[in-house]
Amino acid sequence: MGIEKSTIEIAPKIRQIPGTPVIISPLDEIFNWARASSLWPMTFGLACCAIEMMATGASHFDLDRFGIIFRATPRQADCIIVAGTVTKKMAPAVKRVYEQMPEPKYVIAMGSCACSGGIFRTYSTVQGVDEFLPVDVYIPGCPPRPEALIYGLLKLQEKIRKERGRWGFWR
Amino acid sequence: MSTTLIEITSKQRNSNSWEEPFFINMGPQHPSTHGVLRLVLELEGETIVHCDPRIGYLHRGVEKLAENLNYNQTVVLSDRLDYIASAANNVAFCLAFEKLFGLEVPRRAKLLRTIVGEMARISSHLLWLATHALDIGAMTVFLYCFRDREWLLNIFEKICGARLTHSYVRVGGVRLDFTQEIIDELYKFTEEFPNRILEYETLIDVNRIWLKRTIDIAVVTAEKAINLGLTGPVLRGSGVPYDVRKFRPYDAYSEVEFEVPVGERGDTYDRYKVRMKELRQSNWIIRQCLDKLAETKGEPVLAEGAPDLLIPEKIKEPEPKPHPKKGFIFTGKEVDVVPPGEAFASIESPKGELAVYVVSDGSNKPWRLRIRTPSFVHISAIPELSRGYMIADLIAIIGTLDVVLGDCDR
Repeated sequence: MGIEKSTIEIAPKIRQIPGTPVIISPLDEIFNWARASSLWPMTFGLACCAIEMMATGASHFDLDRFGIIFRATPRQADCIIVAGTVTKKMAPAVKRVYEQMPEPKYVIAMGSCACSGGIFRTYSTVQGVDEFLPVDVYIPGCPPRPEALIYGLLKLQEKIRKERGRWGFWR
Repeated sequence: MSTTLIEITSKQRNSNSWEEPFFINMGPQHPSTHGVLRLVLELEGETIVHCDPRIGYLHRGVEKLAENLNYNQTVVLSDRLDYIASAANNVAFCLAFEKLFGLEVPRRAKLLRTIVGEMARISSHLLWLATHALDIGAMTVFLYCFRDREWLLNIFEKICGARLTHSYVRVGGVRLDFTQEIIDELYKFTEEFPNRILEYETLIDVNRIWLKRTIDIAVVTAEKAINLGLTGPVLRGSGVPYDVRKFRPYDAYSEVEFEVPVGERGDTYDRYKVRMKELRQSNWIIRQCLDKLAETKGEPVLAEGAPDLLIPEKIKEPEPKPHPKKGFIFTGKEVDVVPPGEAFASIESPKGELAVYVVSDGSNKPWRLRIRTPSFVHISAIPELSRGYMIADLIAIIGTLDVVLGDCDR
């Protein structure tokens, strides 16, 4: 009686004993499974890309079907989508919001401005949000299409599923 | 000049008296400030005594950047000002530059510009309705509006390939002509859209919560609205029938019929009604322009003598001179690309009056570009409008003014 025979695989490497609420899985896998399956990003609309971010969450593209629900507070969010130009005046606020988020936390740089400054190579613009935040996924485009944002979020989910001991052994 | 937030909070902590005013910071990260607006509120209980808007969190230096880009590249920057209605911004910039270049736009291009301008107005008003209703607490309207906005953005994508930042209008006309497919799609849209407006109105027109949250909130009298410099639907909601499209018609607005809807009381509900009526008028304008497009089929959409996309710094004018050995030589005498001077153009953008003032020194770049944006003026009116109301009403006030921070901070 092997584990393969008596259990069903409900997600990669996560097995359930049929008829019972018991799941057998390595700890890493189940944490990553939970984190990737309900990724709650924080709405942080800064500029043009925020409109596309809203469109992605609205009726046509419907992010809810991926388990992605926008939260308006950093305290309950898993990842921050920096959507738009970050100016030098705004950068401390962005950083503070990032610091308010509980770990594990991820950063998505949405749009050319957040990736590299874009067309705004001026005295007041930060040339890319990666100057002060650890960015996980870059989504280029001015602004990126909603499909591009969905692709970026799926890539982030893929990345989370592969994590091993990134957030320390205390978890 | 003003006290910082740390000073304010430390003062608050040290004071024991309840009679002292209470300061609260709203923004720059707040879901209903429509971007990165920061408001420092002085409260007495929950009543706003004074509201101090702090802007500049999205200052990207567009006006300075424009001085280093040529005229056609500057139009691309205008997309990112009021990013909800980029086509309207493009038109304002191009009108000013065309005055500078002395170009006359062909009739077909004028009609196409009017169509995209009104499409931008519809998509802007839909987004306004969606976010305003969402902030006040009506989630369904948000989903309905985005459904129809997506339809409009798909048409935009067929027109020029971009959903949000179009740069469809260029100096001297428009980039591409409409295909028959787009015209058919637009006819279908204009036929269906009035029913959709009825759908939104069924949801919120007589909704008790909506009425409670909007009627008699932020009342602006006609005189006060003029003194504050408000324009657009906010001014018309107070009963002043000022519309740049009627007073100084640009593009094809002199050819089409439309009404300028006005409100009576000047409260948030009236401004909502004005915008809903404007949606119908825009739909009607698009319909008329589509009918007129058939008359001008096959005509050019770009004026003769319109500048190339890459405008050279100076044009070299060949001057043939007889030479004893080589026949002719060309002494390249340099000529200005544009005549030095200044130009001013203003349009009725969905938010209000958008004006562009450009000074040229003869080179291919604007020497100075000044943009008068409606959102900047509207934000300056927030302290006046919000005095004496509750914090919850402030959300409605920000919503009803329809501010976009990219437009305000530039």
